[in-house]
Amino acid sequence: MGDLLFWHRLQFGFTSTFHYIFPQLTMGLALIIVVLKGLGLARGDERFDTAARFWIRIFGLSFAVGVVTGIPLEFQFGTNWARFSAHAGGVIGQTLGMEGMFAFFLESTFLGLLVWGERKLGRRGHFLAALALFAGSWLSGYFIIATNAFMQHPVGYLTAADGSLQLADFWVFLLNPWAIVQYCHNMMGATVTGAFAVAAVGAFWTLRGVHPETAALNLRTGVIVGLLASLLVAFPTGDLAGKRVAKHQQPTLAAMEGRWQSGPYAELNLIGQPNVEGRKLDNPVRLPGLLSFIAHGSFSSDVKGLDEFPPDQWPNNLELLYYGFHIMVGLGTLFIGLMGLAALCLPGGRLQRTRPLLWALMLAFPFPFIANSAGWMVAEVGRQPWLVYGLMRTSAGTSHLVHPGQTVFTTLGFAGLYFVLGLLFLFLVGREVNHGPVGHA
Amino acid sequence: MEMLWFWLVSVMVAIYAVMDGFDFGAGVLHLFVARTESERREVLAAIGPLWDGNEVWLLAAGGAMFLAFPKLLAAGFSGFYLAMFMVIWSLALRGIAIEFRSHVKDAMWRSFWDLVFAVASTLLPVLLGAALGNVVRGVPLDATGYFTIPLFTTFGVGNPVGILDWYTVLMGVLVLATLTAHGALFLAWKTTGELHRRCVRAARTLWPAVAVLALLATGATAAVNPAVYRNLPHAPLAWVGLALFLGGLATVFAGLAGRRPLVPFLGSGAFIVGILAATAACVWPVMLPSTLDPAASLTAYNASAGAGGLRAGLVWWFIGFPIALAYFACLFWLHRGKVSAPEEGQGY
Repeated sequence: MGDLLFWHRLQFGFTSTFHYIFPQLTMGLALIIVVLKGLGLARGDERFDTAARFWIRIFGLSFAVGVVTGIPLEFQFGTNWARFSAHAGGVIGQTLGMEGMFAFFLESTFLGLLVWGERKLGRRGHFLAALALFAGSWLSGYFIIATNAFMQHPVGYLTAADGSLQLADFWVFLLNPWAIVQYCHNMMGATVTGAFAVAAVGAFWTLRGVHPETAALNLRTGVIVGLLASLLVAFPTGDLAGKRVAKHQQPTLAAMEGRWQSGPYAELNLIGQPNVEGRKLDNPVRLPGLLSFIAHGSFSSDVKGLDEFPPDQWPNNLELLYYGFHIMVGLGTLFIGLMGLAALCLPGGRLQRTRPLLWALMLAFPFPFIANSAGWMVAEVGRQPWLVYGLMRTSAGTSHLVHPGQTVFTTLGFAGLYFVLGLLFLFLVGREVNHGPVGHA
Repeated sequence: MEMLWFWLVSVMVAIYAVMDGFDFGAGVLHLFVARTESERREVLAAIGPLWDGNEVWLLAAGGAMFLAFPKLLAAGFSGFYLAMFMVIWSLALRGIAIEFRSHVKDAMWRSFWDLVFAVASTLLPVLLGAALGNVVRGVPLDATGYFTIPLFTTFGVGNPVGILDWYTVLMGVLVLATLTAHGALFLAWKTTGELHRRCVRAARTLWPAVAVLALLATGATAAVNPAVYRNLPHAPLAWVGLALFLGGLATVFAGLAGRRPLVPFLGSGAFIVGILAATAACVWPVMLPSTLDPAASLTAYNASAGAGGLRAGLVWWFIGFPIALAYFACLFWLHRGKVSAPEEGQGY
């Protein structure tokens, strides 16, 4: 049984992490494509359309992989988490159903028009198709976040006579304050990913000395959007998300920070290794009082440590949670620094001549993917040991009749399939980047 | 309210079968009817803008089932565990085949993806047909509301049952033949020239087989689950379904002889909706019968979510459904008329 839980969790963790590589890119690019098409339309400037056309091709590839890796997740609620689905489906079925009805139909209708329909639609029509796809993909994001927010911070539900969770108030559930904060934070994270990709391709072309016009446009767009998004993902959205954890998931905050003892003037740990057996943080480098201030707005406020809570309420992979959080925050800080520096070099085209900075921008594109994945691990590992926070334990949600061997088999199957999908994706994107903005027959 | 949701889910499943059905059929047939690269591209141009939206009906139907009948989704998906993964992986490979094919102009690259597209498109109707067969025959549900079932046992319909037995395989073959024939009519409607003539020929060969298989399946269902027919006299919607089923079949045969290629395609759509509607009306309110104990069967009443969720879902469903239909109307309008092979880099 313990085995079964492990494999179910590993499978969902793996398939959802792999899946989310693609939606964060498409959601980020969707916004940037709208910006490019909008500028092209407003200024009547063909250069913006050329740049947009390239990113639409990348968007199409990423979207396709996002779709085929996303469908399994919808199935896995039922196949791997049957008791959770039966228990909470009366509530979370709402947002998952709405995602299909309001977001997926919109996206699937306009995708073909955006990718293939530029000639047919004309400039204005093509801009509207980009706008529709942006709306669809960002709406889809909200429904998923609202589903997750119910698992993090359940509201708007009631417990039925048979013990299952049922919807009590639709709007309270849909407009869960947790969902709104998490959504803003998440979408800014996706925008960082998109912007870094755009800037990286611009830097690559500039370093190679090819497609100078589009490369400069990519650099400019990527750096400006990237700097704004990097700032917004930290403040106010990341800060607010942290404050919600501090208020509603106190053991999680303590674990994220490797904090065992309670007390005022809580220090912020920049680095250090959590030592779960010794119940302390080894070799910490800390800033006194800052955690109290970040969590509750005052240096003297009390921040509880893990010792306040029984160990069966601690997140059960404390190390991953701690490191995930610190990787996310550390990378986020570097993003602001890198994009800030690049932005300072934008005026007068100095960035195009600063080769070390171009190299840094080109090589930086994988890191937002890492930061976003680490952030989701903080959210999901931090929620443990709960599947629905405070209401249902993760161990109570599995498909208990599925044999562990079957889950091992399907997990390995996913590993193989996704390896091939990843290779194909990189191969095709690499070809496009190599070929440049004009594309090939 | 449970009855309303039972029918809303059924409607979405029927739309899914008709819509994704024709692109499954196109996938099964394209290696045979489309011989040249230009003909292959015509087939893909016909389904390319539509297939993704068609597949969304599966997700939308699944979502509706999740919110209205969570216990059914939980039992069914976990019970058919490995079979579900065959469906998932086939769907994934099929989507990738359609989307990645056109990106590299190389004969072997394209032949490879064409093959993947054909194999996945063949496997899926068989699996979905077998699933339908399992839903009619029943599964070993016990009082806990869950079950587990092997892929096959003795290929007999009695306990212990397996996913595949003679009845569910028959249903798989019926669905494969039906959707292939349905796809042939869709392609015949959208194409011209030699490709069009081959599709018409395929349809003329396939439809008599579909009619015979449908007759066999009707008889077999009476043997496997007699309760289905006991409900027939009291289920007016089943008669509507039967009328659609027979009318659709007649329209197909009449239309194949006529000159308007849209007519038989609409007929085959009605045929598919008719089968599903008649089945749904006859099994109501049972959604997944138990082969162990009729009292353990999952019904629209004992598998449903609470009244609050059903009511809230109803409101947005009736807002979202017309919008979805409007998207499809727009898509079909934009892509009206016969297709031609798109230029390289300008389409699928």
